Amino acid sequence: MTGSAPAIEVKDLSVGNGVVTAVRGVSFTIPQGGRMGLVGESGSGKSMTALALMGLLPMGWSTHGSVLHDGVDLVKQSDRAFSSRRGRTISMVFQDPLSSLNPVRRVGEQISWVIRRHTGADKKAAEQQTIELMTQMKLPRPEQLVRAYPHEISGGQRQRIMIAMALACYPQLIIADEPTTALDVTVQKQVLRLLNGAVNERGSALLMITHDLPIIAAMCDTVAVMYAGRIVEMGPVQEVFRNPRHHYTRGLLDSQPTMDNIALDGSARLVSIPGMVPPLHNLPTGCAFNPRCPAATDKCRTVMPELAGEGLQAACWHPVDSASEVAAQ
Amino acid sequence: MTAVTPFPADGRPLLEVRQLSQQYFLRRQKLFAPRPILKVLQDIDFAVRPGEAVGLVGESGSGKTTLTRMLTGVEKPHEGHVVFDGVDVWSGGEAHRRLFRRSVQVVLQNPRSSLDPRMRVGTSLLEPLRSLKIEGDHAARVLEVLDQVGLQKSALERFPHEFSGGQLQRIAIARALMPNPRVLIADEPVSALDVSIQAQVLNLLKDLVRDLGLGLVFIAHDLSVVAYTTSKVYVMSSGKIVEVGKPLDLFRNPSAEATQNLVGAVLSVESGLAGNALA
Repeated sequence: MTGSAPAIEVKDLSVGNGVVTAVRGVSFTIPQGGRMGLVGESGSGKSMTALALMGLLPMGWSTHGSVLHDGVDLVKQSDRAFSSRRGRTISMVFQDPLSSLNPVRRVGEQISWVIRRHTGADKKAAEQQTIELMTQMKLPRPEQLVRAYPHEISGGQRQRIMIAMALACYPQLIIADEPTTALDVTVQKQVLRLLNGAVNERGSALLMITHDLPIIAAMCDTVAVMYAGRIVEMGPVQEVFRNPRHHYTRGLLDSQPTMDNIALDGSARLVSIPGMVPPLHNLPTGCAFNPRCPAATDKCRTVMPELAGEGLQAACWHPVDSASEVAAQ
Repeated sequence: MTAVTPFPADGRPLLEVRQLSQQYFLRRQKLFAPRPILKVLQDIDFAVRPGEAVGLVGESGSGKTTLTRMLTGVEKPHEGHVVFDGVDVWSGGEAHRRLFRRSVQVVLQNPRSSLDPRMRVGTSLLEPLRSLKIEGDHAARVLEVLDQVGLQKSALERFPHEFSGGQLQRIAIARALMPNPRVLIADEPVSALDVSIQAQVLNLLKDLVRDLGLGLVFIAHDLSVVAYTTSKVYVMSSGKIVEVGKPLDLFRNPSAEATQNLVGAVLSVESGLAGNALA
């Protein structure tokens, strides 16, 4: 294994089922230990991208392009090879731990299976490691908790079990798909903090998929914004969130209610992006965002823009002018 | 049919609960032992006035949903009063209760599951009028309500799956408005929606409160959403109301522990970029 090769290199990835294409030519690279956020609304293709990387696409869906990881092209890999890889070099934390954990198996057993499957450790050693992992996840009384069934523990604890499973074999890349959406607000931060610490400690790369911009800002160093199956803006989090070039990113940031942009008299109106996400089977020509974009011209309606720029890349013919934006504030 | 009920001039509460408690009996632990009691709400005082948006926040399990069940008359309280328009709902007689039922309407979290997938939107909208046995010019009312929530007439002939989440939530709001209610209870109305759509629904709710003089009870876990939508917030924790106040005062200077926890859990883009969000 070469130390300098990226944790994952996605080139021109498309995912479709013959009728619709959910992901249309997505490329990105996450270096070893890098953290990328993938933001988008429902139907933007962010979850399909994750499932394609994990080889977990639903029946009938296929992948084109290439995904280089650990010296192999995951797109060309067999199911069998994938299953020996999942949980070992690449692993995933799913959104809803209650439906992703096996309801009839004790949680400790489920974690130690991952360890035994990939490291060949014996039962006793795996159980020992399980308890260590659970301790690290700050789960209370791990010696007893290993014997609990998923329904017996709280949502936050279940998600910590999921994270422990994903981290068990020190994977090069962890994909977290909306890991805290199903959790209570007060638990969310705690779980993110644990995930953050554990990823740091292992030096794994992280692909964080969420629609929640504050989570990306807190956890990632780069971000890719997806819209209708394509990446429309990509770059360092600081730049993208402070001076977005794409009007969609701008709109997302503006429609975020924060404690600071609320007027004291409550008369404030949130900016909203007009219209809605187009259905995949009926995408507009040109830039998919053009019907909702304040700066759309005829060119936007006919020619699809490609990602362009140094550092911060945006796929837009008329990018947000950050200078005038600052003046307007 | 008049669209707006005039405000009571003195601004007295439209819907309130006084000293409300609710408890459930749990399963018997031993054969002859008394059944254990779970107190889910204790001594709740809560009021909403016409044209006022009131927020209700708290962790899951704090009793928000049980309180909503009381406010809508789904459950009868163990102790205390639910008062609508100055009259106790549970001792005020059948006629008043019927008025109460049509005057307090609910918008739920996920419109995909709260709208019948096999019913055309037009039929769904008429459903509350049918079940509440309300007479009148229904067709005119449907058009009036569609206009209020900003939907096209063509929506009536279509089925829920043909709409996006934001539009569906508008339809759910339209359905709640059909019987011409005076109080709207919205239980996490935007948490199932995309960020770019959330703002549309929040703005709509705000407009309805202003234009129709509706009382709005807004339940959410996202404090900034609550602060944006409401002018008064109740914080609940383990069945009690622990703090009441103006949203920004409450969130800038929280005094109750439950409020502090909620405020501490808020993540913002700014704090994330500053690198101290998870500190």
